[in-house]
Amino acid sequence: MTGTVFWIFGVIAMGSALLCITRKNPIASALWLVVTLFALAALFVLLDAQFIAVLQVLVYAGAIMVLFLFVIMLLNLGRPGPSDIKGPLGLGVAVLLAAALLFLLQPLTQTTLRSAITLPPGSVPALQQQQGIVGSVANSLFSAYLIPFEIASVLLLAAIVGAVVLAKRKL
Amino acid sequence: MLLGPALFISAVLFTLGVLGVLMRRNVIVIFMCVELMLNAVNLTFVALAQNLGVGGQVFVFFVMAVAAAEAAVGLAIILAVYRHKQSVSLQNMNLLKDG
Repeated sequence: MTGTVFWIFGVIAMGSALLCITRKNPIASALWLVVTLFALAALFVLLDAQFIAVLQVLVYAGAIMVLFLFVIMLLNLGRPGPSDIKGPLGLGVAVLLAAALLFLLQPLTQTTLRSAITLPPGSVPALQQQQGIVGSVANSLFSAYLIPFEIASVLLLAAIVGAVVLAKRKL
Repeated sequence: MLLGPALFISAVLFTLGVLGVLMRRNVIVIFMCVELMLNAVNLTFVALAQNLGVGGQVFVFFVMAVAAAEAAVGLAIILAVYRHKQSVSLQNMNLLKDG
């Protein structure tokens, strides 16, 4: 049952990603990418990462994609015009390279993890039962990963300042 | 037991992101394809976190923070370039190309 639902959302994610990269209109592309992000959030729920799924909807589908749509509409790129997809030669090379990449990534999908390093099945849900769904992530975030967390906050501050400096017409 | 399907979907999404970067000329669409690749990697992290502990979920958190920073700065750069060239097509961004 879980497997069927997983594949349904996986097919939605892959299909809308394909539509995203083939739509001529950037706004249509962005909206299909939002569909992909929502389908990925559903996959995260099925993989016992409910907190990450909520973050995915809030941060990616909510904040980042709104920023993209805002810029597309600010630059008035939604109007019909010539397609920006490359010609037959460029398209052929692109498809060939992508097929080669998929061929190289294919063996990874048969990964089997050694039992010495894997947790027993059901241990992540058990941890979430014990510490709470947010708590299980927060406990490692604020202990083992505390310094990277602080560095991420500095990175976000630098990004805010950088974005303002770059987008300003005159300093 | 969902590890195999998750890694397969992740590989396909990453490939579609690479394909999008290679076949489009619109900078904003290429930027969205980069976000698609980041999401494919996030799916791998979450799938492996199910078997290897919640550290993978914490890493997805950091990937999201970096992606947000990258989107803000990248879109600001695109705005600045658009102001110079009145275009977001890669064909017009050939300052380093001779001729």
